[in-house]
Amino acid sequence: MEALVAIAIGVLTGSGVYLMLRARTFPVLLGLTLLSYAVNLFLFVSGRLVVASAPLTDQGLQAYPDPIPQALVLTAIVIGFGMTALLVVLALRAISDTGGDHVDGGER
Amino acid sequence: MTHLVILPVLLPLIAGSLLLLAAPLGAAACRAIGLAATLVLLPLALLLLDRVADGAYLVYALGDWAPPFGIVLVADRLAAVMLLLTALVALASLVYAGSGDDTRGPQYHALFQFQLLGINGAFLTGDLFNLFVFFEVLLIASYALLLHGLGARRVGAAIHVVVLNLVGSALFLFAVGTLYGVTGTLNFADLARIVPLLGPDVAPLARSGALLLLGVFALKAAVLPLGFWLPRAYAAATGATAALFAVLTKVGVYAILRVYPLVFGPGAGEVASVATAWVLPAALVTLAFGALGVLAARTLRTSAGWMVVYSVGTLLVAVGLFSEAGYAAAVYYTAHSTLASAALFLVSDLVARQRVVGGDRFEVVDAMPHGVVLGTLFFVTAVTIAGLPPLSGFVGKLLVLQAAGTAPGAVVIWSVLLGAALLVIVAVARAGSALFWRTATEASAGPALDGRSVGAIVGLLACVVGLVAWGGAATSYAWSTARQLADPSGYVAAVLGADASARERRRSLR
Repeated sequence: MEALVAIAIGVLTGSGVYLMLRARTFPVLLGLTLLSYAVNLFLFVSGRLVVASAPLTDQGLQAYPDPIPQALVLTAIVIGFGMTALLVVLALRAISDTGGDHVDGGER
Repeated sequence: MTHLVILPVLLPLIAGSLLLLAAPLGAAACRAIGLAATLVLLPLALLLLDRVADGAYLVYALGDWAPPFGIVLVADRLAAVMLLLTALVALASLVYAGSGDDTRGPQYHALFQFQLLGINGAFLTGDLFNLFVFFEVLLIASYALLLHGLGARRVGAAIHVVVLNLVGSALFLFAVGTLYGVTGTLNFADLARIVPLLGPDVAPLARSGALLLLGVFALKAAVLPLGFWLPRAYAAATGATAALFAVLTKVGVYAILRVYPLVFGPGAGEVASVATAWVLPAALVTLAFGALGVLAARTLRTSAGWMVVYSVGTLLVAVGLFSEAGYAAAVYYTAHSTLASAALFLVSDLVARQRVVGGDRFEVVDAMPHGVVLGTLFFVTAVTIAGLPPLSGFVGKLLVLQAAGTAPGAVVIWSVLLGAALLVIVAVARAGSALFWRTATEASAGPALDGRSVGAIVGLLACVVGLVAWGGAATSYAWSTARQLADPSGYVAAVLGADASARERRRSLR
């Protein structure tokens, strides 16, 4: 399972970076979103993957998943969502102000 | 436990939230609330400075959850002096904004307070994840302040800043995840305790986490090659905002100064001194490139932006030595360069506003209205920032040179530092003569100078003069801060308690 998750994170990061290197704001935005998915998955598994166990803890249970990464990932999701929303608004504003969706402003 | 430590975070939060509601009361009321809240930060910072001056660490556990499990705020000498600098620059910038910048868009004062919340929080936090959270708070407020007043130039610059910083945040989280995966903690003091115990099997992971983190901090501090976004963005912002942004790059430098000596210092076992090989070369490149940028700039505001890059370079040379003398020089130079860059941004904004034809471009046009007042302000700021005696830039540069004198590669460091300083002197001399001396005709009538703007700049310059007049006290404080930074055991003991190693810890999974 570790290999599967690692490949998923790698594919998400790779596609995210590729899209972020485009010159239009919309692909860049999608790239950032994919990258933030990758980050969230990565943070989540930094507490290790545990199969067939209680989600947090249970009485008498010796091995339970680490709750801290779950809290971290929640915070990261919220912040990432807010930032993405801001960037969407900014990109729309840039289209109306500069007349194009090129990341350097205007139509190239 | 004293609640004093959390007040610099809590106060802007409350003031900012109140200001969101106070918008219907009108601009004057908002301005008054904002000014009052910022003014209170000054005595708070002074009080904190006084409390930590004897070398004490003030540890504040939120909700009384004991570290390393709960969230802690820690005030030490470094954090206190950064809070004081923030309060001074914020006050000057807000007074300056009161002359009209703050009414160009909605909610300026609320955003300003949230910006202060983020900055103060980043200086006080005692763990890596909250450093991330406060970075995000200050960034999102800074995006909004950068866009304040809008216009195509600002939107264009803001897209670059936002995208770059979002990538930075993603990298920050990768670094946090890596370090947490290896150590099982994010508390600075706990990290400092666990990192030296790491075995050779996980050390490469910890090293990559640490260097990824360094990359993120370098992006925030605008270290080249990650700093090309800064001059354009700062030149596009309104003057008052740009002056406050002078503190933002210092947050990145502060984070390097906080994390690397403490967690990845010389005593960190397999991961020891992981940043040493990287910071100094990057700093020298930043320094040289910043000076060239200052020389190449065609407007005063762009040149002020490059000046920030240049001063971050100088500052990181001192940090990159990772020695006690280097830390002391860095603390003094931080104080100097924050105040001086803020003053330079305000002066260039005032020049651009007063010069009806030509703005702040280095062109020969009509003589500047109120040239004597503006010229004097520019002259004092230029002398400070170029590092000429008798003002604080000279003392700061001297401390950096002195600290580098005994380091390996001192010849290279000295030549780059002095060569870059020469370029900057040439650039500011050229800027001053282009703006104030080489004029086509007599002065045209410009808008009247308003007392607030001049007062804000004079206040900042007075602080710069104070850094020299009380230079003995300032340098001895810088040295005692450096001693505190060079010996992380005090920090660890203050946060975790003296019996930290005996503490029962959750490790069942690992």
